[in-house]
Amino acid sequence: MQPLVFDPEICLACESVDCIMRCQYIDLDQARAKQEHDRIVRGEMSSILKDCVTCYACEEYCPSGNHPFYHIVEQQERLGVHPVPRPIEKSQVIMMAPRGRIGKKLVSPPVIDMCFFDIMKGGIRGRLFDGATTIGGSDVFCNLMFLHFARNSTIRERLPLVMDNIMRFHLEPSGVRELICYHDECYGTYTSWAPAFGIEVPFRPVHLFDYLYHRLLELKADIKPLNAKVAYQRPCSNRLCPETDHFVDDIFGLIGAQRPKRTYEYGNALCCGGVPEAAQRFDLVEEIRGKNVADMKEAGVQYCVFNCPFCFWTLAEPVAKAGIFPVMMSDLCLMALGE
Amino acid sequence: MESTYRDILHRCFRCGWCKFPLNYTDFNCPAYLKFRFESFSAGGRMWLIKAWLDGEIPTSDRLGQILFSCVTCRNCVESCAMPLIKDQLVDLFIAARSEMVEQGIIPPMVRDYFKAVSVSGNPYRMPREDRGKWAEGLGLERYASQEYLFYVGDEGAYDELGQKMARSVALLMVRAGISFGILGEDEITDGNDVRALGEKGLAAHLAEQNVALMNRLGVKKVVALSPHAFNAMKNEYPKHGSKLTVSHYTQILKTFAAKLAPESGSGRTVTYHDPCYLGRWNGEYSAPRAVLKAVRGLRLVEMDRAMQNALCCGGGGGNFFTDMLGSGPDLSGRVRVREALAAGADTVAVACPQCYRMLSDAVKDEGIEDSIRVRELSEIVEEALGEG
Amino acid sequence: MERTEIIVQLKAIVGDAYVSDAPEDLFIYSRDQGVQEPHLPDGVVMPGSASEVVSIIRFAGRENIPVVPMGGGLVLSGLTVPLKGGLVLDMKRMNRILEVNESSHYAVVEAGTSQGMLDAYLRKHHPQLKHSLPDAPPAATIAGNIAIHGSGHLSQSEGGFHSEMVTGLEVVLPTGELVKLGSCSTVPAWFSRAPLPDLAGLFLGWNGTTGVITKVGIKLFPRPKYHDVLVYMTEDIDLAPMVLGRVIGTSMAEDINYALAPKPDYLRGFQMTVVNFTANTEEELAFKRKTLRSVMKDLYETRDSGFMPVPPNMKAGFLEAPQKALSKFADVRKGGGFEYVGAIMPIERIPDACRAGMEITARHGITYSLGARIIGRGNAAMFFFAYPFNRVDMDEVERVKKALEETNETALALGGIPWKTEVQGQQAILRQMEPGTYALMKRIRAVLDPAGIMNPGNWEVA
Repeated sequence: MQPLVFDPEICLACESVDCIMRCQYIDLDQARAKQEHDRIVRGEMSSILKDCVTCYACEEYCPSGNHPFYHIVEQQERLGVHPVPRPIEKSQVIMMAPRGRIGKKLVSPPVIDMCFFDIMKGGIRGRLFDGATTIGGSDVFCNLMFLHFARNSTIRERLPLVMDNIMRFHLEPSGVRELICYHDECYGTYTSWAPAFGIEVPFRPVHLFDYLYHRLLELKADIKPLNAKVAYQRPCSNRLCPETDHFVDDIFGLIGAQRPKRTYEYGNALCCGGVPEAAQRFDLVEEIRGKNVADMKEAGVQYCVFNCPFCFWTLAEPVAKAGIFPVMMSDLCLMALGE
Repeated sequence: MESTYRDILHRCFRCGWCKFPLNYTDFNCPAYLKFRFESFSAGGRMWLIKAWLDGEIPTSDRLGQILFSCVTCRNCVESCAMPLIKDQLVDLFIAARSEMVEQGIIPPMVRDYFKAVSVSGNPYRMPREDRGKWAEGLGLERYASQEYLFYVGDEGAYDELGQKMARSVALLMVRAGISFGILGEDEITDGNDVRALGEKGLAAHLAEQNVALMNRLGVKKVVALSPHAFNAMKNEYPKHGSKLTVSHYTQILKTFAAKLAPESGSGRTVTYHDPCYLGRWNGEYSAPRAVLKAVRGLRLVEMDRAMQNALCCGGGGGNFFTDMLGSGPDLSGRVRVREALAAGADTVAVACPQCYRMLSDAVKDEGIEDSIRVRELSEIVEEALGEG
Repeated sequence: MERTEIIVQLKAIVGDAYVSDAPEDLFIYSRDQGVQEPHLPDGVVMPGSASEVVSIIRFAGRENIPVVPMGGGLVLSGLTVPLKGGLVLDMKRMNRILEVNESSHYAVVEAGTSQGMLDAYLRKHHPQLKHSLPDAPPAATIAGNIAIHGSGHLSQSEGGFHSEMVTGLEVVLPTGELVKLGSCSTVPAWFSRAPLPDLAGLFLGWNGTTGVITKVGIKLFPRPKYHDVLVYMTEDIDLAPMVLGRVIGTSMAEDINYALAPKPDYLRGFQMTVVNFTANTEEELAFKRKTLRSVMKDLYETRDSGFMPVPPNMKAGFLEAPQKALSKFADVRKGGGFEYVGAIMPIERIPDACRAGMEITARHGITYSLGARIIGRGNAAMFFFAYPFNRVDMDEVERVKKALEETNETALALGGIPWKTEVQGQQAILRQMEPGTYALMKRIRAVLDPAGIMNPGNWEVA
């Protein structure tokens, strides 16, 4: 089992401590932040290990790419910190386990990896996804969600099998090397988490927004601009692949969606609240959902667009109650194509 | 009986969800509504079929009545609590009927129906040459490579209300400039209800004949007057090599109704009765409503049981011809028109010749002709065009 | 009297269409969905009015024919199976909703009115009111349910068993007299059983052995606009009384249920306390949610238990009443069957009941769903030991039957009382009952039903 590629010397030498100072959920002064930060680096218990909402954002904030969040998760697990109550954690571990029900299924490009969310494959339709085949379910599920449960070990244990399943049952027999990740949890797994743990990925992951953008370029002539103001709910897993965030603006540009300036977007994006709810931090959930939705309202948006199905399930209702239409990005694109 | 059905019989819990629509308004299984014995509910039928196949109960007239009074409306399919068996319920009842047909023990009314279709080519025992009479004087073209074939079926050809409906739909299509032709006396019964009553062989034969005829004539698109024919041609004929594109006439009407700008000067309050073979069997709930919404000044109200919750008129599954449900105030057609009246409607809009007949008769049986009338969709549009 | 003559006489009362002695109908009415042995009736009769019930009962009394009243026929434990033959009196034709009093919050319905129909009627005509729905399918009847001391989704918040929500009854006595009980006996309104001597109790919990209920007055309650659910997950059965007690203590839950099952596998070994709550405003709902969570804070902070995130599809199921999921349980063994011992018991016995259920099922090689609904702000729990079976696997059916019998004994030993229990369970209760109490029951039955025609075999010592 490969250890995390993490250099404690880089962290110990860090003075900005961006990972904590930029954190939207932990409020410490610089000196205290450095103190707690160094404790974590040294493998000691810190209040941060308990207070972390596991939003992944520090992975993006770290100027050195030293994987502070993966290190936090390692330390949480080592020191027995359970962000989520144990029965829920255990139950999730069982629920999301590979079931071994996978069978050989030939696929043809574009191959969309639905992650665990096979239930969402109704969204793979129309000209955007002409000829697409999908894979999904527990046997191809990246398991990255266990970062929220302080269980790097579960991801480590399952990911090799999951990748092997994807290759052996789908990509290899079909002669396909490229996998479009519907959820950027998968994309983050293959482009960030796996390399951080020295695990080789045998296929080329493509971010869904990357695919959508390029497909929309091909269909540009058919696009009827939406002429609507749209907010984007950036999911935690996009913090693992910030290099893809520009596709949101690129896509918006193509489909005629305006993205009014908001307080909580890009690097300041707020968590949907789903994970803190599982962590029993109910006051925080109320606070961040309230701030987030109020921010969208203030910006005067008509739509709130999602990439992550879990964010959608969590935030769709409060967003809709605020008079904003919740929609998945692929559906927003389909709307622009008149489908 | 096929093992796919035999193997699920015992999985019915007889919990009774099947008796109701999804909103529990009232009993929604026409046979149970009428007879009220548990034996006539979908669950009762499941248990009895199993007992019959296991030899615990004999083949009998009562069993025939129980099995053949199912109107195949698929209400039970919608409301059954068992996701792994629900979709097969009605197919299973039809398979049980087939079993009785194969044993040669079927109710006399069902036997007479099969005989009429076999011998006369229609359940009315009317001469084949009369099939085209409904179109006399309308100047309709015979099918000869027009865009659509307009198929009117047995009721459109022989039933007085069905003929009225066929004429009205045809004239409206002419008015809208739809390119279509008819088969006249060459039409062959569609076989939908033959299949529903369990005569698989005859149904297959009719499907093959129809497919052959339409292939010979080069028909590509069919507009069916009856949802029953629509269902057979759309879902059964492909098993016999059909590549037809099949529409129900309301789906065509929808495309041009608004352009005709009908206007109901009298401000009618209309409720739409969903035919089972258009709605629950084929998921088409919106086209007929779109037609009605295109009529300005018309107020559309919904009954408590609408769309997938609609109560069958009582004619489905061959009962239109076999009358296994009999008569009485609990007959679903009569319950249905009382429900329409309670919804505040002065008109029940129908889109099926069987529903048209069943509900028209029900209005008379209820003695409410002064309060409510039954009209077919195209007639409502025509009426509004006349008034507008 | 010969059966053919009996049928002729009954047809004269209710009409030809509503009497049958056809083998098919007798087959269906000879059994229910549980594992009890079938017993063929001699006929099935469906009255359309109370006066027809009177005529049927008088006729049956004269001819000494057993009569078994039946509502939805969903009791599962054989209470509507005619143990001694005779007539099954299917009441479902009598399903009119006669009155809804919006001011005094009650409805009067005929005895065959189903739970589903009353709910649909109230939603349409009186959307501000609802009645307490049992977990049974919508086909279950109001009268059948109150007659067996049923409970439902308002039993915790609104005062207990459904029999306690009865405001009046109309009953045909076994001797053929039609009587009204409660305020309706004296004034033309069905608002209360008090302050009169409470004779309704003579027909509640008696399994149809004392008369035929023909009308029921039932309490209605406000139907708040907003509804939500919280699910508290534990991994220690012994926490149950504490968790439940804290929820009850908030007085904010509408319905509180506790459940554990080995399937799906990700829930095996865990317990769920499902808390439904309602409110008239979003603010009130948020306040209740916050309060319900706050009483668990010290527990979930230990990380040994906590509120489970409930995705929308799962939430929709929890908010549904009645729940289709409970009927689906019958297909766990892919065989369309389950039966359960419902045991009314003190809340503190829930952990022991869970352990007993798991032990009994393990020993018999069957699976289970165990759980409890809190009744009356914590006065009791309706604990269910539910065992699914495949009805074509006769060996499994037999094992479930034995497990149910053992469970009845165990429930009694735990200080609970089996609910709507089959004959063997009734006999086990009677064996443990104060002799004086049973003697009183017998005297009452002898007075009410001198011919012994009403559901014979029930509430009798073997």
